[in-house]
Amino acid sequence: MAREVIGNGNELAAEAAIDAGAMFFSGYPITPSSEVMHVASDLLPEVGGKFIQMEDEIAGIAAALGASMTGVKSFTATSGPGISLKAEQIGLGFIAEVPLVIINVMRGGPSTGLPTRVSQADIGQAQYPTHGDYASITLCAGSLSECYTETVRGFNLAEKYMTPVFVLLDETIGHMHGKAVLPDLEEVKANIVNRATFDGPIDEYKPYKVPMNKPAVINKMFQGYRHHVTGLHHGDEGFPTEDAVQCEFNIERLVGKINTVAKENDGLDDLPDYEEYMLEDAEVCLIAYGSIGLGAYEAVQKLRAEGIKAGMFRPIMLWPSPAKRIAEIGAKFKDKIFITELNMGQYTKEIERIIKRDDFTTLFKANGRPIAPAEMVAKVKEMM
Amino acid sequence: MAFNYDKYLRVNKMPTLWCWGCGDGVILKATIRAIDKMGWDMDNVCVISGIGCSGRFSSYINCNTIHTTHGRTIAYATGVKLANPGVNVVVVAGDGDALAIGGNHTIHGCRRNIDLNFILINNFIYGLTNSQTSPTTPQGMWSVSAQNGNIDPTFNACNLAIGAGASFVARETMLDPKKLEKILVKGFSHKGFSFIEVNSNCHINLGRKNKMANAMENLAWIDSITTPLKKWEALPPEEQLNKLPTGVLREVEQAEYCDMYEQVIAAAQGKRGKITQDDFAKKI
Repeated sequence: MAREVIGNGNELAAEAAIDAGAMFFSGYPITPSSEVMHVASDLLPEVGGKFIQMEDEIAGIAAALGASMTGVKSFTATSGPGISLKAEQIGLGFIAEVPLVIINVMRGGPSTGLPTRVSQADIGQAQYPTHGDYASITLCAGSLSECYTETVRGFNLAEKYMTPVFVLLDETIGHMHGKAVLPDLEEVKANIVNRATFDGPIDEYKPYKVPMNKPAVINKMFQGYRHHVTGLHHGDEGFPTEDAVQCEFNIERLVGKINTVAKENDGLDDLPDYEEYMLEDAEVCLIAYGSIGLGAYEAVQKLRAEGIKAGMFRPIMLWPSPAKRIAEIGAKFKDKIFITELNMGQYTKEIERIIKRDDFTTLFKANGRPIAPAEMVAKVKEMM
Repeated sequence: MAFNYDKYLRVNKMPTLWCWGCGDGVILKATIRAIDKMGWDMDNVCVISGIGCSGRFSSYINCNTIHTTHGRTIAYATGVKLANPGVNVVVVAGDGDALAIGGNHTIHGCRRNIDLNFILINNFIYGLTNSQTSPTTPQGMWSVSAQNGNIDPTFNACNLAIGAGASFVARETMLDPKKLEKILVKGFSHKGFSFIEVNSNCHINLGRKNKMANAMENLAWIDSITTPLKKWEALPPEEQLNKLPTGVLREVEQAEYCDMYEQVIAAAQGKRGKITQDDFAKKI
């Protein structure tokens, strides 16, 4: 039985985290994400979990990573400037393979930018938030319900692939208040993924001794299996090394355990990586994500009412991108593709990379205002 | 019978990467002996270090260990401890870690009074990266980033910790390992944030251009700038300026953060009323 609840996107994301098994939150207040923290501070102690407001953004993620390194499911929430500050710690999460959900409620940038206004300009940052080579998992919620479901999914992916996962909300979705239809709690609990553990002899415990494209198998701390966590390149047991063969293997594995696996299996889990709306018989494909997807539904309806067969493709898993489906869309719609984003074309670059053409029609906005369906309709009409 | 360090060391990681004569080895041994005195079960101990020579500390002790990023030791340790209040956490950081890049976390760790055992290894220089000025490098000394002499005023780490509200603050040197061990045991026994500054040598990178190029000269200098608290208190103010007092500088009983958080949980679960000012002696 699905549940119907009332809330805003930020609140639903925080509730999802707790339903997904999170027992630790640390962070630092920042608009427009703060409601995630507010709800976490209220709900976590109710379930015996821990909440702590730290002294800065860096400490906000460091404490959450510290808790997760011991085996406790953790999350943090912030906005673009906070991600910039957290970047180095996110890198430690990547190389040491520490599961963590990072909720980023996007606002206008760069720098302090437009603190209370919407943007989708952290898409590129989510792909490469920190220095070095790695692959990132990034989910983008396009509705109130998805603020909940994609956060739950974020936790499960983080545990499965032993990595930090971004859940992107934008300011509009985060602050949109309304009814959301959520999956039944029993169903959420039944599908929870917990990190794999090693239960062989203690002296054979080598958390990073895993084959190519497989995540590390790291046990909870304080249960007899001792290991070393470091941000340095490390060998099988987690101790620092500069061995060229090992370092090359490490990086290929970090990238491969996400990108290669997603390519081979057409995704990282069984959940939808995108949504399609009236696309089957469409002659023009609108591509949008996040809150802009909501406007695109309406634009499709308006265009159809005017006799233009429009459809929509809305990616949910932005990184790794649903490349196979994007390529098919490119082959089908050719130049009849319309991409709209609240940035200067950050995801358009990915679509161009996959489809290998750049003659799409685009509508970008980076002034902190949403894109109205009428603006999309006008632009699509110019194409037809 | 000789003390058996092997029980606590990752012996296959020996010898350490530290330079011959480095104080870090003395501090490692004193820390191990203090842990032994405490009788801690090493499966329930977490040692956390930062970046710099002291960063390697964690990899040598056989327990659950975390080598974090530069300056963030206390922030990571706060997550480890709050999520696992029953375990013993030792945090090791250098003067660059704790007083420069991570100064904010040091302040708030002290203020929060979470039960961490924080060892600040102060060797007065950035040793690992070849002699750049640190917040504790004395004025007038040479460093590779102050080749005409350092003009930056020097941080008094213990005064900072006291000002920030740490409930246990002590300073010791690595000159007398037995004394150091005793101070560490006191700090480890204290419930709350224990701030223990250990003055150490870096004859290689502090000493080489500051007329103490061998370890013994560097140790003699440390001896010359430190004095036990009782003796320091008897000094005239102008002489106090040039000596760092050693021993326990502050020890007070203060509510510990994880304990207080248990009250938050109790309130959230309806087992007590909400936390109010009446729960605290201090009202402002």
